[in-house]
Amino acid sequence: MDRKLKEKLLFLLFRLCALVVVATLAVLVGYVVINGIGVISWSFLTEFPRQGFTAGGIFPAIMGTLYLIALVLVIAVPIGVLTAVYVSEYSDQPLIDFEKVRPRLRRLAVTLHLRKNAEPKRPAKAKKLRKRGSQRLFYRILRIVITNLAGVPSIVYGLLGFGMLVIFFNLGMSLIASAITLAFLVLPLVITASRETIEAVPYSVREASLALGATKWQTIRSHVLPYSIPGILTGVILSISRAAGETAPILLTGALVLKQTLPDSIFSSYMALPYQLYALATQYSDATRPMQYGSALVLLLMVVGLNLVAIIIRNKYRKKYRW
Amino acid sequence: MAVKVKSIARRRAFVENGIRYSFAAISAFSIFVLVLVALFLIINALPAFRMISPGTFFFGTVWDPTSPLNPLYGIVPLFVATLLVTLISALIAIPIGLGCTIYLAELAHPRVRAIMKPAVEVLAGIPSVVLGFFALIVLATWAQDIFDPVNRLNLFVGGVMLSAMMIPIMVSLSEDAINSVPRSLKEASYALGTTRWETISKVILPAAKPGIVAAIMLSIGRAVGETMVVVMACGNAPHLTFNVFSSGLTMTATIANEMGEVAFNSTHYYALFAVGLVLFILTFILNYVADIILNRQEERY
Repeated sequence: MDRKLKEKLLFLLFRLCALVVVATLAVLVGYVVINGIGVISWSFLTEFPRQGFTAGGIFPAIMGTLYLIALVLVIAVPIGVLTAVYVSEYSDQPLIDFEKVRPRLRRLAVTLHLRKNAEPKRPAKAKKLRKRGSQRLFYRILRIVITNLAGVPSIVYGLLGFGMLVIFFNLGMSLIASAITLAFLVLPLVITASRETIEAVPYSVREASLALGATKWQTIRSHVLPYSIPGILTGVILSISRAAGETAPILLTGALVLKQTLPDSIFSSYMALPYQLYALATQYSDATRPMQYGSALVLLLMVVGLNLVAIIIRNKYRKKYRW
Repeated sequence: MAVKVKSIARRRAFVENGIRYSFAAISAFSIFVLVLVALFLIINALPAFRMISPGTFFFGTVWDPTSPLNPLYGIVPLFVATLLVTLISALIAIPIGLGCTIYLAELAHPRVRAIMKPAVEVLAGIPSVVLGFFALIVLATWAQDIFDPVNRLNLFVGGVMLSAMMIPIMVSLSEDAINSVPRSLKEASYALGTTRWETISKVILPAAKPGIVAAIMLSIGRAVGETMVVVMACGNAPHLTFNVFSSGLTMTATIANEMGEVAFNSTHYYALFAVGLVLFILTFILNYVADIILNRQEERY
């Protein structure tokens, strides 16, 4: 075959693939929007469900999901961002530098009368050249752990949450058990996203700050972090939208199909949008269909809305800071 | 004066070290979580292997934990169902994902790309329960009209829907791989008078191959671990079948379906943890190998 023609046909094929992806998105979103838009009203958003989910609204499920998001934020973001700072800023030096620590330990041993003099017993042998990586064991373990945490199936986190938090720590089916489980789930996402933005800050910024006499922490706090905040924010919003849509972990750790009150503490059970959608679609009759469409649309709007906000923030700041 | 400077320097060093170690301690939390997951699964799965022999568990072809007379815990039907669903979604998602990636990375006009990339991200962001809902109501009906399946909800429906989840992961990961191929390679190839397709197929794709392989493995890992789509679309009948148009129960769906009703400390309870452990090991291997491949790619360029 003519090579130009072959190329044209193949490129057409690739274009079709791209079209399939866009069409899938359009069909999915379109279907939910078209069927759900008629259901949504002010009372649908602000009332409790009545008559076995055939009347009333989804207020408690919306609130439950919002509570959950807030708790996950509080737990996952500080840990995630600080871990990212450690991985990208401090991991170039070993966690414990034994060359430095050893003489100190010897001196300590002398003061405790464990040994007589602080000099090493045997004269130091000619130092073997170590491999560059071997000193950073902690960092390498951390790296492997973070990538693998991201791949653990959500239902396995659910199992952990159920067995450990709900039963072993006796938190019961509760908001806090679900929130901790979801926080485990999104932690690697927050870390990876924050790390990428922190590492994108050019080294010259750090060098300039260090050259002026700032310490490492001062440099990070007043130069590296401010530049990476938009990127971190994007990552956090994306992770939160993931947490908002997850069903499998909360299925096992505290979401209820129906609860007539809003949760009054972090130890009470709750209703959540994704779980409500799942339960209604699989265990209830077709009479609840309108509420299913409504829940699906509200959930989709929440998640897609969060995604779009994140994308907009990213595009805006990508233009502002171009390294 | 000198003394004062020295004491300030000392205090600074003290604070700096304190911060470094507290950050390290916080980072250790992630390690703690992974160890916790692994240990917890193992501890809770071990009683299962004491109550059921590992042979029956790993090679048993019947999963019937609720039978009052003779409950059976064979993981084979669950494993086969997971395998079939993953296979179907991989067969759809890998070619389409690759085509879409090549289009996005090499062919698309920047303006088209500026719209399509967010679209792919939004598709990745759609909650799996919404996909499951769509599969349950719409896709299953379409499949029923076209293929006349054994059951309305079947492994095929689940696999097809799952591919909608796999594609965006596949696209964003393999696009990273293609973008990390140095520009100079591409330019050198064009300078030799090749067409665009020759450059893509003979230069860019081979150079990006490790990254693409890793992307395929990671997205397969996600498909294996996905719960909501399969639990809603596959019909959840735990029989051993190789017919993709019949209903089936995957490993993830088993846990999601049965954990709520199981008695604490029963054989069934521990058996579900054993299923979770198998799932964890499977995805861990996929991720670990993908990570090694990716690292090699990074070192190369």
